[in-house]
Amino acid sequence: MHILVLLKMVPDVVEELEIAPGGKALDLEYLRMILSESDDHALEEALVLKERHDARITVLALDAPEVDDALFTALAKGADRAIKIVGMDAGLSTRQAARVFSQTIAHEPGILPVDLILTGVQAIDDLDGLIAPLVADDMGLPYLGIITRLDLDAPKHLALAVKEYPGAVRGEFEVNLPAVLGMQAAEKPPRYVPVAKVRATMKSRTVDCLPVPTLADGGWPAVQVVEMRRNEPAGHAEMLEGAPTQVSERLCGILAEHGLL
Amino acid sequence: MTGSICVLAEQWRGHMSEVTYETLALGREVADQLGIPLTAILTGSNARELARTLGAADSVLYVDHPLLAEPVPQPCAQALAQVMADRRPRALLVPLTNVSLGVSTLLSIRLGVAAVNFCKDLTVVDGQLRALCVMYGGKIEVTVEAGGEPAILGIWPGARPADKGRASRPASTIEQITVALEEPRVRLKKYIDPEAGDVDLSRQDVLVAVGRGIQSRDNLGLVEELAKTLGGAVAGSRPVIDQGWLPLSRQVGKSGLTVRPKLYIALGISGAPEHVEGMKDSGLIVAVNSDPRAPIFNIAHYGIVADVVETLPSLTAAIGAKRSVSHHA
Ligand SMILES: Cc1cc2nc3c(=O)[nH]c(=O)nc-3n(C[C@H](O)[C@H](O)[C@H](O)COP(=O)(O)OP(=O)(O)OC[C@H]3O[C@@H](n4cnc5c(N)ncnc54)[C@H](O)[C@@H]3O)c2cc1C
Repeated sequence: MHILVLLKMVPDVVEELEIAPGGKALDLEYLRMILSESDDHALEEALVLKERHDARITVLALDAPEVDDALFTALAKGADRAIKIVGMDAGLSTRQAARVFSQTIAHEPGILPVDLILTGVQAIDDLDGLIAPLVADDMGLPYLGIITRLDLDAPKHLALAVKEYPGAVRGEFEVNLPAVLGMQAAEKPPRYVPVAKVRATMKSRTVDCLPVPTLADGGWPAVQVVEMRRNEPAGHAEMLEGAPTQVSERLCGILAEHGLL
Repeated sequence: MTGSICVLAEQWRGHMSEVTYETLALGREVADQLGIPLTAILTGSNARELARTLGAADSVLYVDHPLLAEPVPQPCAQALAQVMADRRPRALLVPLTNVSLGVSTLLSIRLGVAAVNFCKDLTVVDGQLRALCVMYGGKIEVTVEAGGEPAILGIWPGARPADKGRASRPASTIEQITVALEEPRVRLKKYIDPEAGDVDLSRQDVLVAVGRGIQSRDNLGLVEELAKTLGGAVAGSRPVIDQGWLPLSRQVGKSGLTVRPKLYIALGISGAPEHVEGMKDSGLIVAVNSDPRAPIFNIAHYGIVADVVETLPSLTAAIGAKRSVSHHA
C-alpha cells in the first residue's frame, strides 16, 4: 500500500497580510508560510492508515519558503519519503500546481504505483480551483472531498470514506482505489512532534529534490486579478475600548438596551 | 442558452437547496445588467418536479439520470459538461457548498476554462463580468476576471436573499437533456444523520461561540460560565469540534448548523467564510478577538480587541451583576 500526500504552504493569516506594490498580490516579504491546515490533516490520516495497514507514505510539495520544515516534520512523524519539486516560478496557480504534481507522479521513477493520494480539501488561497479534483482529473482517478473518516479495504481496492454535508449530516462512500481524496479532518487531531526530533531528522534524513517537469501546455486559461485589497468593508463593528471592566460594563449596557439581559 | 448566464440549481436529498434561490437571485441581477437570459441547470433523479421551482430563470434545463440522484462531483461535472458543451453560456454560477464542492473545478477542466473560487459578489464593468472573491480565511478581497467563456464561478452561500430568487410560477421553458455517464467509481452507501445533541442550537436565543482563540480545553469552563449567566448555550467553530472539545452538535457553519439567535458572542473566532455563513443572520453579533484585523469584526455589530481568556471573567461578572439587579428590580 503506497499513500501519497500532497502538501502546500500558505500564508499564516495570523500575521499581518500586506499587498505588494501593483495591488494584485500579497507582498511575499512580509509573509510567514505554514503548512495548509487541511494538508496537515491529510498527512495525519495517512499516518493513521500507515499504522493500520502497513502502508508506505511519500509526501510531495512544491518549493516554497519554510517547506523544508514541513517536509522534515512529515518525515519525523513517520513519512517514508519526502520530495520537494524545485525550479518553478513563484506564484503558480492551483491549476498549474496540480499539473506539476500529476506529471511528477506519472514520470518520476519510484513514485508509481500509488494506491491513494491524500491532500487537503481546500487551501485558503485556492482561487482557481481545488488541487484534489484537478490532480484526480489529470490522472484519470476518482475524487471525493470533505472527508473526515477514512478506511481501506485493500483486498477489494476500496476506500471507505465519510464526507461532510451541511447540517452535520455525513455521507458514507465507497471509492475505487486508486483515488484522490480531499481531507477535511483526520480522525484525530494532527500529532505533535518535538522540534528536537525534527532537527534530528534534518541531520539523519534527506528530502529528495526533483526538477519541475516541463509542462506540455502552459497556456491554460487563467484567472486575471484586477485588484487585491484587505477586507475592510464599511460595515465594520463598533469597537469597544478600554480596560476589561470598562469594556464589560459598556457591553452590558448595550445588551440591556437590546433587551438581552 | 448561448450567451446566457447559467446557475447550477443544487438539489440534495430530494429538496432544492436554499442556496439555489440565493444564487438565482444573483444570476438574475447579472443577466439583467448584461441584457441576456438566465438559465437554471438541474441535475438529479426525478428532477422534473424540482425543475418547476426554478421560475426565477427564463428557462430550465434538467438532466434526469439515476446516477445523479446523489450529487457526486465527477458524474455531476460530466453531465454539466455535456449540457454546456454546444450551448456556450457566458457564465455558470455554482453554489460553494459541501454538496457541490469540487464540481466547478472538475467542470472547468472539462470545458478548458478557468474556475473562479470563493466569489462573494459579481458585477458588470464595461460589459465584462467581474467577480469579487474572499480569500485567506476572509482577510483579503480580490476582484478578478475569469479567463475565457464560460466563466465557471463558485459562489459562497448568502450572496443574495433566497426570497429574491423564488418565483410563484415555473419558468416558461423547461427542457430535459439526456447525457451519457460513465460507471461511477464513487458510490454513496448511506447518509448518517446527526444524533440529537443535548441542546438544539437552532432554538437558542443566546449562543456563546468559541473558536481556536480559546487555546485550551481548560478555558471552556469560563465560556460555559458566561453562557449560563446569559441563559444561553455554548457553540463552537470547526477547530474546537475537531479537537474534540465540543460535540459535533455544537458546530456552527458550513458543515455544521445555521443559527439565528438574538445574540451571538464569538470568542476567539476569526470569521472565516465557512463559519460566518452559519451565523451571519444572528440578531446581535459581538466578537472578542486579539487581532484587530480579524474578519469577524466585519460582520459583528460590536467588537472588542482583547485576549478572550482575560476578558471572560470580567464580562461574566458584569453581566451576572446586571442580571441579578434587573431580576431583583
Ligand atoms: C468545506 C469546509 C467546511 C467548513 N465548515 C466549517 C464549519 O461548519 N464551521 C466552522 O467554524 N468552520 C468550518 N470550516 C473551517 C473554516 O474555514 C475555518 O478554518 C474555521 O472556521 C476557523 O475557526 P476559528 O475561527 O476558530 O480558528 P482560526 O481561524 O484559527 O481563528 C482563531 C482566532 O482566534 C484569535 N485568537 C487567538 N488567540 C486569542 C486570544 N487569546 N484571545 C482572543 N482571540 C484570540 C485569532 O486572532 C484568530 O482570529 C470549513 C472549511 C471547509 C473547507
